[in-house]
Amino acid sequence: MPERVIKTIEGNEAVAYIAFRLSEVIAIYPITPSSPMGEYADAWAATGSPNIWGTIPSVIEMQSEAGAAGAVHGALQGGSLTTTFTASQGLLLMIPNMYKIAGELTSAVFHVAARSLAAQALSIFGDHSDVMATRTTGFALLGSASVQEAHDLALIAHAATLKARVPFIHFFDGFRTSHEIAKIEMLDDDVIRAMIDNELVFAHRARGLTPDRPVLRGTAQNPDVFFQARETVNPFYDACPDIVQDAMDRFAQITGRQYQVFEYFGAPDAERVIVLMGSGAEPAHETVEYLNRQGEKVGVVKVRLYRPFDMKRFVEALPATTRAIGVLDRTKEPGSGGEPLYLDVVTALHEGMTNEWGQLQDLPKVVGGRYGLSSKEFNPAMIKGVFDNLSEARPKNHFTIGINDDVTHTSLAYDEDFAIESEKVVNALFYGLGSDGTVGANKNSIKIIGENTDNYAQGYFVYDSKKSGAITISHLRFGSEQIRSTYLVNKANFIACHQPIFLERYDMLKDAVPGGVFLLNTSSTADEVWDTLPRLMHEQIINKKLRFYVIDAYKVAQDSGMRNQINTVMQTCFFAISGVLPRDEAIEAIKEAIVKTYGKKGDKIVEMNIEAVDSTLANLYEVAVPTKITSTTRIPDPVPAEAPDFVRNVLGRIIAQDGNALPVSALPIDGTYPTGTTKWEKRNLALEIPVWDPDVCIQCGKCAMVCPHAVIRIKAYEPTVLESAPETFKAVDVRDREWQGLKYTIQVAPEDCTGCALCVDVCPAKNKAALGLKAINMEPQPPLREQERENWDFFLNIPEMDRRSIKVNSIRQQQIQEPLFEFSGACAGCGETPYIKLVTQLFGDRTVVANATGCSSIYGGNLPTTPWAANKDGRGPAWSNSLFEDNAEFGLGIRASLNKQQQFARELLAKVASAVGDDLAAAILEAPQHDDSDIHEQRQRVVVLKERLAGLDSPDAGQLLTLADMLVKKDVWIIGGDGWAYDIGFGGLDHVFASGMDVNILVLDTEVYSNTGGQMSKATPRAAVAKFAAGGKPTAKKDLGLIAMTYNNVYVARVAMGARDEQTLRAFLEAEAHPGPSLIIAYSHCIAHGINMTTAMQNQKMAVETGQWPLYRYNPARALQGDNPFVLDSRAPKQPVEKYLNMENRFKMLTMSKPEVAKELFKLAQEDVDARWSMYEYLASRSYTNGSPNGDE
Amino acid sequence: MDLSTTYLGMKLKSPLVPSASPLSEDIDNIKRMEDAGAAAVVLYSLFEEQLTREQLELHYHTTHGTESFAEALSYFPEPDQYHVGPDGYLEHIRKAKAAVNIPVIASLNGASIGGWTDFAKKMQEAGADALELNIYYIPTDLDLVGAAVEQTYIDILKAVKSAVTIPVAVKLSPYFSNMANMAKQLSDAGADGLVLFNRFYQPDIDLEALEIRPNVLLSTPQAMRLPLTWVGILYGRIAADMAATSGIHTAYDAIKMLMVGANVTMMAAALLRNGINHLRQVEADLTQWLEENEYESVQQLRGSLSQINSADASAFERAQYMKSVTTVPASYFRNR
Repeated sequence: MPERVIKTIEGNEAVAYIAFRLSEVIAIYPITPSSPMGEYADAWAATGSPNIWGTIPSVIEMQSEAGAAGAVHGALQGGSLTTTFTASQGLLLMIPNMYKIAGELTSAVFHVAARSLAAQALSIFGDHSDVMATRTTGFALLGSASVQEAHDLALIAHAATLKARVPFIHFFDGFRTSHEIAKIEMLDDDVIRAMIDNELVFAHRARGLTPDRPVLRGTAQNPDVFFQARETVNPFYDACPDIVQDAMDRFAQITGRQYQVFEYFGAPDAERVIVLMGSGAEPAHETVEYLNRQGEKVGVVKVRLYRPFDMKRFVEALPATTRAIGVLDRTKEPGSGGEPLYLDVVTALHEGMTNEWGQLQDLPKVVGGRYGLSSKEFNPAMIKGVFDNLSEARPKNHFTIGINDDVTHTSLAYDEDFAIESEKVVNALFYGLGSDGTVGANKNSIKIIGENTDNYAQGYFVYDSKKSGAITISHLRFGSEQIRSTYLVNKANFIACHQPIFLERYDMLKDAVPGGVFLLNTSSTADEVWDTLPRLMHEQIINKKLRFYVIDAYKVAQDSGMRNQINTVMQTCFFAISGVLPRDEAIEAIKEAIVKTYGKKGDKIVEMNIEAVDSTLANLYEVAVPTKITSTTRIPDPVPAEAPDFVRNVLGRIIAQDGNALPVSALPIDGTYPTGTTKWEKRNLALEIPVWDPDVCIQCGKCAMVCPHAVIRIKAYEPTVLESAPETFKAVDVRDREWQGLKYTIQVAPEDCTGCALCVDVCPAKNKAALGLKAINMEPQPPLREQERENWDFFLNIPEMDRRSIKVNSIRQQQIQEPLFEFSGACAGCGETPYIKLVTQLFGDRTVVANATGCSSIYGGNLPTTPWAANKDGRGPAWSNSLFEDNAEFGLGIRASLNKQQQFARELLAKVASAVGDDLAAAILEAPQHDDSDIHEQRQRVVVLKERLAGLDSPDAGQLLTLADMLVKKDVWIIGGDGWAYDIGFGGLDHVFASGMDVNILVLDTEVYSNTGGQMSKATPRAAVAKFAAGGKPTAKKDLGLIAMTYNNVYVARVAMGARDEQTLRAFLEAEAHPGPSLIIAYSHCIAHGINMTTAMQNQKMAVETGQWPLYRYNPARALQGDNPFVLDSRAPKQPVEKYLNMENRFKMLTMSKPEVAKELFKLAQEDVDARWSMYEYLASRSYTNGSPNGDE
Repeated sequence: MDLSTTYLGMKLKSPLVPSASPLSEDIDNIKRMEDAGAAAVVLYSLFEEQLTREQLELHYHTTHGTESFAEALSYFPEPDQYHVGPDGYLEHIRKAKAAVNIPVIASLNGASIGGWTDFAKKMQEAGADALELNIYYIPTDLDLVGAAVEQTYIDILKAVKSAVTIPVAVKLSPYFSNMANMAKQLSDAGADGLVLFNRFYQPDIDLEALEIRPNVLLSTPQAMRLPLTWVGILYGRIAADMAATSGIHTAYDAIKMLMVGANVTMMAAALLRNGINHLRQVEADLTQWLEENEYESVQQLRGSLSQINSADASAFERAQYMKSVTTVPASYFRNR
């Protein structure tokens, strides 16, 4: 047996490692939670790691999963060993090719981090609905339950497919396995080689297409032979389970780890057996073990090879004593006779009894149920509940476990307090913020434990639905016993709170075991801290006899030069208190890890971290816990009492991390949610908020315009409003002459601000007496919170100005318009949201939004609360997200639907004209609807129309009453990122350009896949470092605008708010006015650029000034008037592009990672700028007559 | 004409040495300097803070926003290695050494003890013939006493001297309570040379933007008066060699500096303004002047008008200052 190599790694890495070593071509497209597999492969290829045959696999990022599947199919037909990594909707997009690949009996393995499919909502989390959707393709489905299994079965899949000629999906649970960090035994190359038969590799290669042995594959067949030809593959499917079992047996001989196609574990005389696959099999295993120790007779069948489903083998795996079987499916098939695994088991038992397979004497009772959708917890308490159900005389069938279904009453009751935690395993919970490095430190800690001790170790990390101020909860386990607990820690020996703000938000100690440890990062001393805790915590600490430690981690970190990075400090505390390693050894190991993690970034980072380690212990104190509960403070309700019922009773509980307890009846049936709910979720993220100085302010409106979270609002109003104003409410006279006599206020929403300070950076007004100050300045939030909350509430009650009085083409007036997109979960300083907000200010009350999947669908539509809002009349954007790839088509469909309804309404109105009044009908039918005044008047007319229709009793009037609102103009905005517009959705987008339909397309161009973590798109500029472009993107950015212009009838604008905001505003107005398709490509700075987000608008400016991002508008309307439709809105580059590139880490890091390449690519980037500029200049210089350019001048 | 001189224990063919400037960032420029007659070259400075800042920025930007959101646990690929730290500069030293035969003096600019010795050692290993420490310290702490500032200079010098065997010069500012004493302290602490003086960053104001604007001004010929004074005063009284820098534009400026006692005369602004070939002109003019004035060598000229050799020792002192002020007509000031 080879020497054991132990590593502590995440599931994705464990799988990608094997796939990489056994592939020649890897074609992928990023999708959560499988993206890291592709990224690992790309990174290994970039650093020259070879496969087991000594060549470096080609890793290709495609434009979609459909594209990746096509490339995989092609590479396989070319004879190469080929793999891909995907999940969820990505796997669905691969299905057409999967039929082909399987139909052609092609050896291949797709590694899938199994994830929910979007139905009533998207979910990035794990279940088997994606894999189950492929079970008709002819792929073998092999499932792993743990990180070790995923590593091992990945190899078994690659070995088996070569022999079987049946392609394989090797799947494992998204996040639970893909992102769990576990200590595993690595398979070295000798083991891998021993499992792979080179003759089979040669045979695979020999089946590849080559003109040296020409064949034709992929014919069209007809009724005469297609059926028979389809049946030719049967022997291969019949043989496949044996081939897999053989591979498993061979693997066991080499490694000592034996797997079975169907693996029974439990009492040999078990009466109750559950059947399941994936990570749920692990807690089932440990629960069975526990229950049998208690004298019960239970067992579990772990399904490893689900397709081809070997019915005989399955029946043979069951003990003869089996009386009741519970089949658990991690998927849902609405309307089916049961979920797929259940149906297969029922069929197998029936056939087994008929054919007298196995040892069963009587047909056991069989029931099936669903569990764990979207990574819902699945723990021993639930498993016990399933076994208890099997003890019933008539066990409930088609049940659910782990939720409370109070509607159709499918759910099984279970004892939530049932737990089987071993004393040999230590469980720890860490509450942190994304920005404080908690997760990174814990990943490090679990590796230290895994690799420096004999302990088993497991780390799992739970993240927030928000991108700014995100809470993270780390779940760590370690101990001398193998860890099969693939569920969250809920009996914690150690709980650390890395952020004191959490004390007033979450009940963190509910999971603490008696005698456990609580570690708190606080600026209070050990003597003072007791009085800062809420009452609940007093009770818990005293009643559970917790040991309580404090450290002022921010101080230690700051003293070491690490700013707010408290990760190393808290990590050191954990090791010092937990005693998992002797203290000195632990310190040594932490320091080694620091050198390993940060060493390549330079000595300074290492020095700071080591200094932090060294000064931590002196600042860690145990608190002498008083015996009396003295606190009177309580954790406040997550949303205020005046919030609507649904917000309080449903969304509020999700906010309070209590969503698991919501019953089925609490949730909308069709995924429809109210808008405007972010305003109830006061997150209080900002340490500092902007404060307006009315004396310095020139009332330009720029601060409000750039505010990504719509927390800076402006109103102009009658002076009488101020009579009831709070004392500290600020107001001055309006400067704008047209609004003379009104008062003017800029108000900040103190509890919704993220503190990004973009507003301060763009403010052009300076305080003449202190030039470091502007008209808006950052000041600490806590002392202002109460006062500004009162001012904000007062401000909200000031009436909005009549939209007809606002000149929308002047920013200073336009910014008075109420934003209907507020307080999103986007990153602090986000570059996308100001554009979206602008759309809602200008057109929100008449807009339907089709939103591509990506950042904007996440901060726009991720529960608990949504930023899309309505005005006082109840009007506002209606929003929906279809998919990633189809957003343009989705928006076009919405447009077609609105058009149809409007047309029908007009037809009906013409019919009932005499009944409702010919004048009114004519006025409505002929009304111009260009601006807010027109629309206001039309709405008034429609009100009258509806009144009159209500009094009529004709079918037409009845129809028209339901359609009358369609007589008022409706806009469609199609919004998405560059990954959608340039890559996966481009085909559809192109079709929408060509359709001529009146839709407005806003591309939030961050030049990279931001939401999935920075993968290259075709919008990525040359020389930028991104995932799949580690050496800098070698090719230039695609010119999407130019492509759109070739249709002549598409309005196209390229904008950058930070460079010329008035050009941005003009483009949005023109785009909306254009009666055909409009495309706005908006420069959106992004956290993925590696920039200072506070001054990000300066990056936009520099991008324009250096010619990297020229501004233009192409307006077909101009051509009709005999003008050149193309107007270049920025000046010729006056600075070298390098100046811009050096402002952003995405470019600059290349000068540090590959200086020579950087030099060359930077040069080419300048050439791109020069070439593009001269072309645009040419386009702008052409003269037009009759809508066409004249010949070459 | 014998233009040779010695500096930091090195025999140089002339006293003409380009000082640290962006010109030496390009190896071709260094070759052109040699061709134009430079006797040695001081490379552009390696800035300690810049290295630190780059590391901190890289760290910040590669970790900011990571491990926060389930779909995007990182935003950048992790390269094998980064060329952070002084690697680039050290490579530049190696390339410069390979390209020219004149001595190459590496320049290290910083304000704290950290990093110096390590960088200095690496520069020596990379082939530098000597080091110039540009101790660039602007004390803004109102509680910091002058003696402590002076001690920092001495500590840095001693730390570097203990780490390397090549000669070390210190480039410093004139802003000490007693410049002469500071020079002596540095000389006693082992400085092989003093470079008088460095040009401090002095911010300007942009009246349009109403902002402080960092802009480095090139030195003007008037700036040479300060080093001229102090080289003259120190000549013959400290063991360390002296390089005069600031404001030297022509051969005549160089001659004056040599007369007060400089071992070498350094130029940057003149080369940035007039091009590297300006050195040829300076050398030709220097030779011509020496010939016309019947000097045999630079050695003969050196220190001939220093305070100790000058007929009127008070010429370098306050008495002389009073005289110069009182003899200037009042109209001169009015018209300024």
